[in-house]
Amino acid sequence: MLRKLLPHPGLTLLLILTWLMLVNEFKWGSLVFGAMLGVALPLLTAPFWPDRPLIKNWLLAAEFVAIVLYDIAKSNITVALIVLFRPRAKLQPAWVTVPLDLQTPEAITVLAGTITMTPGTVTADISADGRALLVHCLDGADPDAVRDDIKARYESRLKRIFE
Amino acid sequence: MITEIIIAALLAIGGTFGLVGSYGLVKLPDLMTRLHAPTKASTLGVGGVLLASMADAALRQGTVSWHELLVTLFLFLTAPITANFIAKAHIARAMPREPLPPTGTARDWATLDLSDEPVMPQLTPPGRPGRPS
Repeated sequence: MLRKLLPHPGLTLLLILTWLMLVNEFKWGSLVFGAMLGVALPLLTAPFWPDRPLIKNWLLAAEFVAIVLYDIAKSNITVALIVLFRPRAKLQPAWVTVPLDLQTPEAITVLAGTITMTPGTVTADISADGRALLVHCLDGADPDAVRDDIKARYESRLKRIFE
Repeated sequence: MITEIIIAALLAIGGTFGLVGSYGLVKLPDLMTRLHAPTKASTLGVGGVLLASMADAALRQGTVSWHELLVTLFLFLTAPITANFIAKAHIARAMPREPLPPTGTARDWATLDLSDEPVMPQLTPPGRPGRPS
């Protein structure tokens, strides 16, 4: 019964928190309305969420967020320097195929988003069977190094967090 | 005084990165390289302005403002998806196949894969087609 009413307790909690942050101050009325949204929205969108996303290790997840935030700041500076000081002719954009060890769609989505937000790389596509990602590098002098870096720095951590 | 210097510095940093991101759109040679400028340089641009806004609320008005955290979160959720879809549209409509590397797996990239098999079969429940026919 409870499981039917609250198919995704994590999502419910997230929605309540998001609503309170949107209101920007704590009021009991907002909490009640947030709770109503938190119950209604997961029920309405249930067909999109067949399984609960599983984070197995919250400590590792927090570490991953910290690493990614640091890389985003670093990547902003790298890309800014390339934009400002690298002559057009010296740019070496390249396509890289990153084979995936990850299986769960949530983990692959997080990996794809992370690649886009970090140094000089954008995720462009996934193979139709979900076993490889297509990544575009702004300055890919060494595509193999880019691939190995993504797999070692992000994918191995996501594998331990999600699978 | 010090708080004003901090806030001004954050605004200046944010503005600079925003400007560089926009300049990158003009300077870089083609769509795929241009995609890099707004997805990254602007993240720190917007981030700087949001940090300035939070610092202003906390240090000068003595309140805590949560909106900036939400804006950051929504930005991190939407920027990669937008970039991904622009890239997919570009691959589907405006690019020859040759520059793309092989997938190294049994099937082609999802945008180019024209078979009737569902995309990512492990996600598709039996009896439900993977894509609209």
